Amino acid sequence: MQALVIAAHGSHLNPDASAPTHAHADAIRETGTFDEVREAFWKEEPHFREVIRTLESEEVFVVPLFISEGYFTEEVIPRELRLDDWDPDLWDSDGTEASQATLEAGDVEKTIHYCGPVGTHDAMTDVIVRRAESVTGDPDVGEGVGLAVVGHGTGRNENSAKAIEYHAGRVREMDRFDEVRALFMDEEPEVDDVTDYFESEDVVVVPLFIADGYHTQEDIPEDMGLTDDYRTGWEVPAEVDGHRIWYAGAVGTESLLADVVLERAADAGADVGAALDRTRDRTDGASAAGD
Amino acid sequence: MSGSEDAVDALLAAVDEEGDVDFDGLRLARAADGYALETPTLDRTGLSEDEARAALADVPAFVANWCFWDRVGGEGTARRAFLRWCERAPTEDAAAGGDEGDALPVPERHAALRDGIERTWGQLHVTARLADGDAPAGERVYDLRHVDDAGTPLDDLDRHEEPREAREIATDDERGRYRPLKTAPTLVSGWAFAGLSGNDLVATVERFYPATVANWHRERRGDLDVDHWIETAERQTGIYDVVDDLPREAVDWMAEACCVDSQCLRRREWEYEEGDDLPVDGGDGAFPCREPCSLVIAAARKWAVLEHEETHTWEFELTRSEKNQLEALVDAVAEGRVDEIREADVNDGANRYRARYLRAKRVDEDGNLCGVEEPVETD
Repeated sequence: MQALVIAAHGSHLNPDASAPTHAHADAIRETGTFDEVREAFWKEEPHFREVIRTLESEEVFVVPLFISEGYFTEEVIPRELRLDDWDPDLWDSDGTEASQATLEAGDVEKTIHYCGPVGTHDAMTDVIVRRAESVTGDPDVGEGVGLAVVGHGTGRNENSAKAIEYHAGRVREMDRFDEVRALFMDEEPEVDDVTDYFESEDVVVVPLFIADGYHTQEDIPEDMGLTDDYRTGWEVPAEVDGHRIWYAGAVGTESLLADVVLERAADAGADVGAALDRTRDRTDGASAAGD
Repeated sequence: MSGSEDAVDALLAAVDEEGDVDFDGLRLARAADGYALETPTLDRTGLSEDEARAALADVPAFVANWCFWDRVGGEGTARRAFLRWCERAPTEDAAAGGDEGDALPVPERHAALRDGIERTWGQLHVTARLADGDAPAGERVYDLRHVDDAGTPLDDLDRHEEPREAREIATDDERGRYRPLKTAPTLVSGWAFAGLSGNDLVATVERFYPATVANWHRERRGDLDVDHWIETAERQTGIYDVVDDLPREAVDWMAEACCVDSQCLRRREWEYEEGDDLPVDGGDGAFPCREPCSLVIAAARKWAVLEHEETHTWEFELTRSEKNQLEALVDAVAEGRVDEIREADVNDGANRYRARYLRAKRVDEDGNLCGVEEPVETD
């Protein structure tokens, strides 16, 4: 038997924080790929600490639903899962290359495959592009359009910006959008000045966040000038300084992210069979713009 | 009994292929001189296959019971133990004790399952019953609803089918406020899951009360791994690194504030540390709490910071009734009683008009009680 655990942050204050985690877990459950699928959280239940013991499977694939390699993926999750022999060096990564490490947990007799976060997987680039397609309603979006990939950014963890720049670079290499930029909330170049960084009239803005919340639904829309008050909402697209800003909301709510979770588990040796094809079929056209 | 011949076939096949059966008071063995069958009221040996079939036909409850649990499988799992607990079957866990006194032998259990055997798990009410119609021999199904709805017909409740729907029911309390603590005693009522399979019952309970079945099962087997306060606190890093600064007595107050039955249905098994118990009662919940949860850790961080403040002497002029009223206000908020206080009940110190009057009289425009900003100067 094989089990999948999707490890996410969650929230004590806002149920929307865990909504994407549950949605992706439900989508993967429906494929029947894993005998068991569990969501686990830092701030909700089941906690990371107690999730593994709820499983009957001997083989467990843990995929962190986080954007970057850092404090949570390298320290908190392994500690709380009791992966006693964990060492970040096992991922052998410079910040965006983590694949998986095979370990044992201290409280159960199971094999734990601890995977890198979804945010740094190559397939995440496709999710960003899909997000641009769904928010514009144009499956061929790109020509004459600029794309901004937006991250939190923080002085504390350089990997946070690396993940954003990594995907911006990969989208740029596709040669699909006229311009591609990595922008940040807390460091230069800042998302507040989004229109300064693009010549294209149309700019798609995709925040690389797991869930919609304070940052993606309050901070960023106001900082970019989409609205004076987030509570009154904003247009998609919104006119700002002569540009049309297509604001996508958190990339983590895109249903295609379920595929990235599966890709992570498959890279770690999970037998995912035809599930990736099936979720791709299911998610085609299933994404709603502006959600 | 429907499927009884199939059930006997399955049982004989199991004995032939996998060896003797010894389960819940039914023993069936195959020896050189034929089958040997034993139940609490029956002991026969040297049976031919036809004789064995006839004898088994006389104990259909035992045969059906074996068939059902053979299909459940999962020897040693929490899932199986929980399903057995649901119908008051004797435990299969060596170290388990406690509620064995109400275990039912097979004939009584099967009879009781026709009417439904009821159990309470936190605020969940579970009814185990025999499936109707042409279900396989001994098949159980399970109804799940809120304890407050135990006497309400299923048809009068909002019906749900999929275990995942429990997640939505458990998200908000009756006032629409988010429930970050799943084991808070604030689960809404008015819903029902009817006719769940055993696997779906466990999956649904897992959505309402995550990990409770697993930890309950560990406790019954005598291997619940409790992490006491100080171990859990010292493990924390980042912004929670400070929680192990919380003074010993503050941990007592914290447990009294957060970890009692009125606030959480888990039974606290963690103490300050091994050999140093907290004076607060851990509660009577069915399922154990094996370490301080993330809500307690988050609150402890706040208290760890607040407990660094020094006390001061303040001078306020209040009437005796005003002092009493402040105490009543603290008590009403702490007990979650504010919404119950009637609009015109001015005898209650926590009444809104009383509170507004006190504020108008004793709190200045900057929010200072009696206009006092600074403590009394002391040497």
